[in-house]
Amino acid sequence: MIEFKLPSLGADMDEGTLLEWRIAPGAAVRRGQVVAVVDTAKAAVDVECWQDGTVLDLLIQPGDKVPVGTPIATLLEEGETAETVQRPAHAAKPARPAAAPRSATSAAFAAPPTSRPRISPAARTRAAERGVDANRLSGTGPQGAVTLADVEAAARQAKPLDRHAAMRQAIAAAMSRSKREIPHYYLAETVPLGAALAWLAAHNAGLAPERRLLPGVLLLKAVALALRDYPQLNGFWQDGAFRPAAGIHLGVAVALRQGGLIAPALHDVADQPLTPLMEALGDLVQRARSGSLRSSELSDATLTVTQLGDQGVDGVFGVIYPPQVALVGVGRLAERPWVEGGKLCVMPTAQFSLAADHRASDGHYGARFLAEVRRLLQTPDSL
Amino acid sequence: MDDAQIRREVFAALQGIAPEVEPETLRSDRLLRDEVDLDSMDWLRFLAALHQRLGVNIPEADYQKLTSLDALLAYLAERLAS
Repeated sequence: MIEFKLPSLGADMDEGTLLEWRIAPGAAVRRGQVVAVVDTAKAAVDVECWQDGTVLDLLIQPGDKVPVGTPIATLLEEGETAETVQRPAHAAKPARPAAAPRSATSAAFAAPPTSRPRISPAARTRAAERGVDANRLSGTGPQGAVTLADVEAAARQAKPLDRHAAMRQAIAAAMSRSKREIPHYYLAETVPLGAALAWLAAHNAGLAPERRLLPGVLLLKAVALALRDYPQLNGFWQDGAFRPAAGIHLGVAVALRQGGLIAPALHDVADQPLTPLMEALGDLVQRARSGSLRSSELSDATLTVTQLGDQGVDGVFGVIYPPQVALVGVGRLAERPWVEGGKLCVMPTAQFSLAADHRASDGHYGARFLAEVRRLLQTPDSL
Repeated sequence: MDDAQIRREVFAALQGIAPEVEPETLRSDRLLRDEVDLDSMDWLRFLAALHQRLGVNIPEADYQKLTSLDALLAYLAERLAS
């Protein structure tokens, strides 16, 4: 029997609230299938299953808030049946963490103080689930009773504010941890992009907007290819040691329109041709903004890239997203004076920066990595 | 297609990318990408939406002409008329 645990949702999200199950006991699940939708500080996330199996028990219910790593379902492996496996104690009785601010039974049986408004047990339970203070609501039901609809309306109103505050808290926690634990070092290099942009213009000429490539995709690909040769920047610092990652999955920092940011993973960047990579990037950015990311996208990034150049800054020195060990920042792409072959000319350039964890690598290594990124961008045909 | 229709389609395309945009408050002589806070990905999606709605394929070489909303509307009117 497999215990399916709430997977990691990234360093800044350590708990999740189940919104809905997408599976039921008895159903077959496949690796990679979305089995549940979980709300986090930053976004609702589609949680993927990482094993094949058959659902035995669902251990939590919609509204339950549980820490990452909590068993949330049990699955039967091939050959097992419900009769042949020994169910753990918590499988028989759905787990309800004491910290969760909901308890249907106590709310239903507690004698409400006279000062409280009339509210049905169902509405009170829902209020607890949605984080709404039922005592402050004015009801529209009979004799001013607070109804389910009142709670829902209040929750909808409160949601954007709460989400915003929760996201700030999540970012604050992760970035404070980063600056507390990670000895950052910083490097910067101005990269000439004349060849890359000329290649891009030729490629995009005649293509409909839907099929055009953005410079950002070339930059991501160059970073990913360079990481193949500089694996000490691609991975995680865990339990006092650097652990290189198997794949190259770049976290792409996406600014959200309502404020805050999220850096979901673009998978296997080094292995993909540019056109599918561009499609995957467009899809990822759109889903990050609409709040439909997958759990793997929140936890798989092996190095983060932030491109703040669109906002006009010349350079950006980032804060590493733990447990990653490096972050590449790209500043504004613009024409600047440049010397080549002893002559002054006009060249499109961008400043690339590296913020890296000094526990995992040294400045000399980081400098050679940036030089490799620069070298790759001089031969865009190779990307 | 008259100017009012073009304007409607442009706003619909914009709102598909930046739902918080209110057409009435847009200053049409300012830099469009700043007024709406469009990054390069948003801009490309905006152009793709215009392509689908109006059938006008705006090449990269023309991006520099499309600084403000006024400039974009004039550009589209000209392309649709020819």
